[in-house]
Amino acid sequence: MTLLSWSVLTDPNTQWILIGCMLLGLMSGIIGSFTYLRKQSLIGDTLAHAALPGICIAFMLTGVKSLPLFFLGAFVSGLLATLLITVITRYTRIKADAAMGIVLSVFFGIGIVLLTHIQHSSYGNQSGLDKFLFGQAASMIASDVYTMIGVSAVIVIASSLLFKEFKLLSFDPGFARGLGFPVGFLEQLLMFFTVMTVIVGIQAVGVVLVAALLITPAVAARYWTDRLGLMVVLSGLFGAISGVIGTLISTTTSNLPTGPLSVLAATVVFVFSVLFAPQRGVCAKAVRRIRNNRAIRMAEHVREIQHSPVYSKEESL
Amino acid sequence: MMEFWIIGTGALVAIACGILGCFLVLRRMSLIGDAISHSVLPGIVIAFMISGSRDSLGMLLGASVLGLITVFLIQLFQQSGVQSDASIGVVFTALFAVGVVLISLNARQVDLDLDCVLFGEIAYVHWNTISVLGIDFIPKSVWILGITVLFILVIIGLFYKQFKICAFDPAMALACGIPVALFHYVLMGLVSMTTVASFESVGAILVVGMLIVPASTAYLLTERLSVMILYSVLIGIACSVFGYMIAAWLDASIAGMMVTVAGAIFAIALVFSPRHGLLMRLRRRRKWAEVAG
Repeated sequence: MTLLSWSVLTDPNTQWILIGCMLLGLMSGIIGSFTYLRKQSLIGDTLAHAALPGICIAFMLTGVKSLPLFFLGAFVSGLLATLLITVITRYTRIKADAAMGIVLSVFFGIGIVLLTHIQHSSYGNQSGLDKFLFGQAASMIASDVYTMIGVSAVIVIASSLLFKEFKLLSFDPGFARGLGFPVGFLEQLLMFFTVMTVIVGIQAVGVVLVAALLITPAVAARYWTDRLGLMVVLSGLFGAISGVIGTLISTTTSNLPTGPLSVLAATVVFVFSVLFAPQRGVCAKAVRRIRNNRAIRMAEHVREIQHSPVYSKEESL
Repeated sequence: MMEFWIIGTGALVAIACGILGCFLVLRRMSLIGDAISHSVLPGIVIAFMISGSRDSLGMLLGASVLGLITVFLIQLFQQSGVQSDASIGVVFTALFAVGVVLISLNARQVDLDLDCVLFGEIAYVHWNTISVLGIDFIPKSVWILGITVLFILVIIGLFYKQFKICAFDPAMALACGIPVALFHYVLMGLVSMTTVASFESVGAILVVGMLIVPASTAYLLTERLSVMILYSVLIGIACSVFGYMIAAWLDASIAGMMVTVAGAIFAIALVFSPRHGLLMRLRRRRKWAEVAG
């Protein structure tokens, strides 16, 4: 097993895929930190599900399987989905969670209808389209990895240049507006980055689970620190590690899709953080509780001694 | 006969989901329904690996327990300070991933593939019949769904008043001495049971569509809970009938088409609903403008 995985590692093709998945984890971790703090974690889930009909329509119109075209299709349907959620929540009495559920499931339903329609009819080169559901990193080709490198470079550079703006947006958008920042534009930009991450991630991780890469590393990172800068770095790191581990296992073992494995790797990091994080972790809390109890018992003990007859007698003498 | 059983199965799914969906929408827990429908998957796979059959009552209960565990975990993380939607996201993606990996690992032994998980196999329902009480032409999944619907009707029927108060005003329900937490978990248990029972016919992801979309459509059309449940069930049944017909015509996924039809009906209600529709809103606003001007 180890021999096999090392021989796979030296394969240049696999190295590209590994780099691609690592970058994917990195950027989804970074963007995920902001969406988590903005309480929009599940927007990634909705966008990913909504991307499916866009991808199918792009394929049906052109008949070719190319990432930029899918990107366009997914982008348009993702935009439509967010617009619909806003319309439903703003103009009717339906609440945000139901609106998200409606848009998510209906778009996905349409996507599945289109997907099965494509599969049942003669579209020729349709093989691999169903890989979009659970992801298959091994099916990535060099140009896909180049796209990933480009997108992640844009996201990393933009979030470090606009760090202050995004920080303000995440914690207090009202204050940011008061200071004269273009809040609407920044929100749209962050949404655009989320859509980009989701779409790039779909091929590696799949429609169903790509949202986890936006959510889980960010929540795990939140356990370790109270500083946004550190949280973003940690979250990116956790995401990258999960992407690498998921890809490694998936490429060395046959039959296992990359998406679920990466998600499980991220979940392991999350569970580890829940247990062992220095301040909020379960263990740290237990230690603190034990120490507190000991201190309280000590204080009670001292008080008992002070109030004990022997002690007070001596004092009165 | 084949068409009858397919539409009948779809209708039973619609009834079960339509009733429970109303309570989920009213309690603002639509996304928890979504989470449960994903996370019962490992329960289904494990029960399937142990028992070797796909639709036993044991599996129904075993997987429903996993739904309750999901709800419990989500609440646990929420209480420890994780934001609610993020904790939903973490829990259901992790459990769903476990399910998918288990299926992929046992792809040879287990007669359960990823397509079935996503789309369901409602088109093959009528091939899988079982003999109960000497009647041998009714499909297995109709039995399972029928029992689930009956169970839901009995529980909701018996405790209708309690569920109603919990849905609209949990604080008042608590003040009235109703065990709100217990009813919460009963509702969640029913949702998981429905998900497991419907899973084979409509797939894990589209169950949530049948839970939320007809109920939300009904929510736009009425102010009474009983009428809302009725509308929701009727809309769901309409979805299964028209969904099947259009899917047969287009040669596409039946389950996907059912949810698409549900979406279309929702869109119509969104625009034309007599009280809450967009058109009515526009007209009302214009009227106010006239009054003011």
